[in-house]
Amino acid sequence: MSFSEADIAAIWLTLKLASTVTVLLLIIGTPIAWWLAKTQSWLKGPVGAVVALPLVLPPTVLGFYLLLAMGPNGFIGQLTENLGWGLLPFTFWGLVVASVFYSLPFVVQPIQNAIESLGDRPLEVAATLRAGPFDSFFTVVLPLAKSGFITAAILGFAHTVGEFGVVLMIGGNIPGETRVVSVQIYDHVEALEYAQAHALSGVMIAFSFFVLLGLYGFQRKQTSFLSPRGV
Amino acid sequence: MSLPADDHKTIDARFLLHHQSAEKGGFSLDVDLTIPGKGITAIFGQSGSGKTTFLRCVAGLEKSDQGHLTINGDTWQSPSLFIPTHKRSLGYVFQESSLFQHLTAKGNLDYAIKRSAETMTKELYERVMAIMGIEAILHRYPNQLSGGERQRVAIARALLMQPRLLLMDEPLASLDVARKQEILPYLEKLHLAFDIPVLYVSHSLDEVARLADHTVVLDHGKVIAQGGLTEIFSRIDLPIRFGEDTGVVLQGKVVERDNQWHLARVAFNGGELWVRDGGDDVDQPVRIRVLARDVSLALSNHNDSSILNRLAVEIAEISSGQDESIALVRLKLGEEYIIARLTQRSLHQMQLEPGKKVWAQIKSVAIVR
Repeated sequence: MSFSEADIAAIWLTLKLASTVTVLLLIIGTPIAWWLAKTQSWLKGPVGAVVALPLVLPPTVLGFYLLLAMGPNGFIGQLTENLGWGLLPFTFWGLVVASVFYSLPFVVQPIQNAIESLGDRPLEVAATLRAGPFDSFFTVVLPLAKSGFITAAILGFAHTVGEFGVVLMIGGNIPGETRVVSVQIYDHVEALEYAQAHALSGVMIAFSFFVLLGLYGFQRKQTSFLSPRGV
Repeated sequence: MSLPADDHKTIDARFLLHHQSAEKGGFSLDVDLTIPGKGITAIFGQSGSGKTTFLRCVAGLEKSDQGHLTINGDTWQSPSLFIPTHKRSLGYVFQESSLFQHLTAKGNLDYAIKRSAETMTKELYERVMAIMGIEAILHRYPNQLSGGERQRVAIARALLMQPRLLLMDEPLASLDVARKQEILPYLEKLHLAFDIPVLYVSHSLDEVARLADHTVVLDHGKVIAQGGLTEIFSRIDLPIRFGEDTGVVLQGKVVERDNQWHLARVAFNGGELWVRDGGDDVDQPVRIRVLARDVSLALSNHNDSSILNRLAVEIAEISSGQDESIALVRLKLGEEYIIARLTQRSLHQMQLEPGKKVWAQIKSVAIVR
């Protein structure tokens, strides 16, 4: 199977988008996950539900509202225009923002679960050993909840690679800018270029399969390593 | 770690705290304590008495509504001050294993050494390794260690912090009897080798009798008694009952060893007792425990029984025991007290009352340390 230049561009764009989104999600998602895992506030339910909304909403609904919010009359749009960044729809960064919202639950939930199952004890132990909050996050929480963070990164990345509806609503179909693999496949099918559609779709299936295979293998290894002795 | 001995060292702790959470019910802790800032102080009480909560307040893991805490002159908490746990010079040994499982035993120790406010000397490190006996297992991960080994590493980790106060929350409770016996000698050595005040939370009279110098008894979040170990153990007026384990602890020393019968004579403030020779040298200070159920009373001195230890005593106080048929009798001999457990019927038949002189027959005495 051979890829056209447009196909290669779509693959690169997809990888660039997914990597950027994954890094941002780990940075944004970790404090949210931490708060959700530790808070006693009544806001835990509502915030948790908002974070999980993309799991159940049709991507077009999410995309529609993000398009309005990022547009000239939306609050994100006004903010970005005031900052001199212009409007985000139909740009790469528009896709990044939309994907961060769209993939948020896939990153927050594994991290939240990992932090919850860790409990308070390791942090208390670290405090009695004179480790401050940041010290204990990096030396205790991160290593002990490592599997949660890795799962979160893999799911965030894979889920961003696989999105279609939100991309179409926000990004449209601009080659090299917003035309990711899933959109490229759609174009091939529309143009009845089934061979090219097969090639790209095959790559997607193989990619997704091996990502999940790796993930499950990794999780199994982690659970056998994590015995109930120690914190 | 080796602060000069000072009899004026004290720990002042005042905490007032209410839990309203569903799982803990309506628990409240209300303590105001001044205890010696040296030696081992046992915080004794039944489960739910608030002893762990008290220890967590001292560590700063739990924030009391009102509180004041001064450790040998350092104020850790006052109405206007709350030093967070990670800035307090303390060591904490948790009930269950608290080793970081992503680090080896050595990694766990290094975690403490790196963050301690004090510099580590080779001499101290080697002394802690030798006393805890963990040198050979340092390369292992916590899940490759036995429960007893894990607690020894955890104690070593707390010692290597070189803290001004060592807090131990039932460090033996998660271990079986054999493991407990394995660790107790290490705790005794720790006591002798390091001049760190220890607060030792326990619900086990055995551990307290063996380790403590000073005892605080907590019940329903309140201090119901505190004092020297011998004094607390000889009281029969406390609202909590020690049941089968009721008995006194006497501080004495070996004055004679009888090699023919394998017995040792132990002298204490008020008399002498023959005990099984535990291998202690003459002049060795020992702590002996006399359980109330092993003490019976006679109106005259019989030497025709198998009882080895018979002492002339005076009845000081009588109190009812854990059920209606039982009485506890506090007996004075010299400076010390022992307790006898009798039936109410014997009490009545022998017409025992405070002030009466009787003979105590002691069936069994154990050296606890």
